[in-house]
Amino acid sequence: MIRRIFFALLTICALASPAGNRTWAKDELVLAMTQMPGTWNPIISSMLAKSLIANMTARPVTAYDANWKLVCLVCTELPTIENGKARVIDLPDDGKGNGKKGMELDVELRDMRWGDGVPVSARDVAFTLEVGKHPLSGVASSEGYKRIIKLDVKDDRRFTMTIDRVTFDYNSIGLQLLPAHIEKPIFDANPAEYRNKTAYDTQSTNPALAFGPYRLVEIVPGSRVALEPNPTWTGEKPYFKRIVVKIIENTAALEANLLSGSVDYVLGELGLSLDQAIAFEKRHGTKYNVVYKPALIWEHIDVNLSNPLLADRRVRQAMLLAIDRKAISGKLFDGKQPIAHGGISDLDPMFSPTARQYGYDPVAAKKLLDEAGFATIRNNVRQNAAGERLSIELGTTAGNRVRELVAQVIQSQLRQVGIEVRLKAEPPRIFFEAMNRRNYGGLGMYAWVQRPEGVPRSSLHSEEIPSAKNGWSGQNYPGYANPEMDKALDAAERELNFAKRRALFAEIQRLAADDLPALPLFFRVDPFVIPKPLKGVTPTGTLNSSTLWIERWRWESQ
Amino acid sequence: MSRYLVGRLVQTVLTLAIMSLVVFLLIGLMPGDPIDLMISGDPTMKSEDAARLRKAYGLDKPLLERYAAWAFEALQGNFGYSRSFGQPVLAVLWPRLLNTLLLAGIAFVLSVAIALPLGIWAAAHPRSRADYLINLLCFAGISAPPFWLALLLITLFAVELGWLPAGGMADIRPETSWNAALANQLRHLALPVLTLTLVQLSGYTRFMRGAMIEALRQDYVRTARAKGAPERIVLWHHTFVNALAPVLTILALSFGGLVSGALITETMFSWPGMGKAIYQAILENDYNLALIGLLVATTATIAGNLLADLGYAWVDPRVSLSAGEA
Repeated sequence: MIRRIFFALLTICALASPAGNRTWAKDELVLAMTQMPGTWNPIISSMLAKSLIANMTARPVTAYDANWKLVCLVCTELPTIENGKARVIDLPDDGKGNGKKGMELDVELRDMRWGDGVPVSARDVAFTLEVGKHPLSGVASSEGYKRIIKLDVKDDRRFTMTIDRVTFDYNSIGLQLLPAHIEKPIFDANPAEYRNKTAYDTQSTNPALAFGPYRLVEIVPGSRVALEPNPTWTGEKPYFKRIVVKIIENTAALEANLLSGSVDYVLGELGLSLDQAIAFEKRHGTKYNVVYKPALIWEHIDVNLSNPLLADRRVRQAMLLAIDRKAISGKLFDGKQPIAHGGISDLDPMFSPTARQYGYDPVAAKKLLDEAGFATIRNNVRQNAAGERLSIELGTTAGNRVRELVAQVIQSQLRQVGIEVRLKAEPPRIFFEAMNRRNYGGLGMYAWVQRPEGVPRSSLHSEEIPSAKNGWSGQNYPGYANPEMDKALDAAERELNFAKRRALFAEIQRLAADDLPALPLFFRVDPFVIPKPLKGVTPTGTLNSSTLWIERWRWESQ
Repeated sequence: MSRYLVGRLVQTVLTLAIMSLVVFLLIGLMPGDPIDLMISGDPTMKSEDAARLRKAYGLDKPLLERYAAWAFEALQGNFGYSRSFGQPVLAVLWPRLLNTLLLAGIAFVLSVAIALPLGIWAAAHPRSRADYLINLLCFAGISAPPFWLALLLITLFAVELGWLPAGGMADIRPETSWNAALANQLRHLALPVLTLTLVQLSGYTRFMRGAMIEALRQDYVRTARAKGAPERIVLWHHTFVNALAPVLTILALSFGGLVSGALITETMFSWPGMGKAIYQAILENDYNLALIGLLVATTATIAGNLLADLGYAWVDPRVSLSAGEA
């Protein structure tokens, strides 16, 4: 028996060859990421894993490029006030928009074709809006669709859309088009069943679902996705004849796959963690270009303002002063992770340097705590006159090793000024349920994903405080309510003039920095470990990921 | 025998019905629902969106009412859709079940095929060098976390030696010949199977060794030796068969765990199997998928127990499966 097993093992080893891990030609690219997309329908739900692949097969009408500038991908020219293709109008008195102002946008689609040769047309735009607005379609957020109240189709490629408000981001048209000739019969048959019957999930490799440079040719659920060039793509010819995206959920295994050559490149948006990439660069920096792209992912600590211990803003200010974020970034992230001064990134055109910035100053922190009434120290923990200990719970998501490490350092640093922090790491679904219901102990550490020049309404406006009344929607988990802030947020959304909007953003940042409903920590950095011969990969740092320009990726000899 | 099997079948159906209710309630009572997760990931979602989606997914109804609706559909063979995959639950689970059975099945057969002879050898030569070595390796195998073992094997065979792929399933294309496809499949199976086998065989070897040593102390073994029976006959005919009953219990229970127990190995080697599917479904509040996945795992456990009972009767003639004596 043992002999037989031994021979079997020998056979397996004989089948293996030292160079056997990558046997395909180099006009093939093997990518990897840590998550398998769920539904492939582009509008049913938003998911980074899905968009990384969907960006290769289709495009949104507009997107932010690597310089965080809005560009047309499916349209020919961005409609603006300046070029006359966008106009402020009085909305007709139809009972909904009475007396209100709205905007009209003239859009022309590029000459693009679905994989079966059918042109991408205004009919697809109309159908996508119909699905997005339908109450039974299962689309997660209908806000973006509902704000388009009218669509005048001029011809197959030209249309005018009317939006129900005057807003600075009027020409950000992130619509992901659906092929009406494939999907409409399915949707019309039963809108309530559309999310289950969509061709994206029942016939995922149907070429007619793609109009981008690639199309899906194989899906092995939980394992890999393969793509090949889409012959009807009208843009720049893609370099690779086949792209395989492997799903490797464990980042240690991901790194091993990269080193073994089983994977050429790990997608930076959903791949190695920052600490892994830093260590990887030190060991294998000669073979890879490691790009640390600051992303619009804001790591912060929400403060539950319903907690009496945290109601005084001097306590919150003291906490931020007592956290040495520079040292944390230096020790844990090799200084690569930029410190956040607020919810707006330093790289965002709307960033205001005039808002208060907090350095590490434990002396000032202690003084503020004294002034806030926590002057007595017993057993190394501050107390107020009522004998209440300044002991606060800090919750975060379990399984995020880096975040758990940061939480431990913060616990240690706050102890130095007499604040006791009790750590609590929970699975994301439990953690976010507590945040959403606003029954978290005191502090909650997690991240928000933002977009360039985005108004932080959902996290700072008083109407966005989740409650039973509003169905627990909104992301103002601290429960922050400040009429001045509400006014500035409302005005910033409506202001079309860049300079005036910037002034309003400065006011938003000033108020947030003074009141500190959330303690800013860092802006996350996406590490892109790119093999040196792979050219054309341009990290964006936004939700419009690098794969939107996959046709530019190519191998180039050194 | 047939009455016994019918009785067990009825028991199985009842157990599954009760389990479906318990699992449905447990998943439903966990904090958060799928819409909460959507809200936390999409700042543009409004209250009307949340209400609309809860209604669309039937989450606005009481838990028991939802279970009754699910059970009614399930009895007609409609197990619903996976919310996260947008596909029928069975379509999501079936390929994963096959993947798991392939991986865990091979590992199970290999580990049993290696562990039983090793355990018997060690028991037949107690306190010998071979016995000490086998014990040492068994304790190392039992102590080594599967996660660490997997990483070690990946580093050695995939990164350093470059002999085997670090993970994933074989990429078999239409133009690939059958022998190349088989070789590719075997190469991709090699490391995950090796990991699972090493983890399992240590325990099985220890059980086999213990059961054999216990049986070797029995009077009937002493009698057989006194009668001059050859050692091979004593070992295999008198001892092994009697030592097999407790080992069968362990093996049968392990068989039940095969369906959902390879989570870590599946994750480390990117092997899309049942363990990973159930884990993800629970984390993502995918009720239908988690429920059916757990029920499949329950069925496998019940089937494992049935196999154990049948196995007892096979190895021990004193055990009868007739009604009232089982």
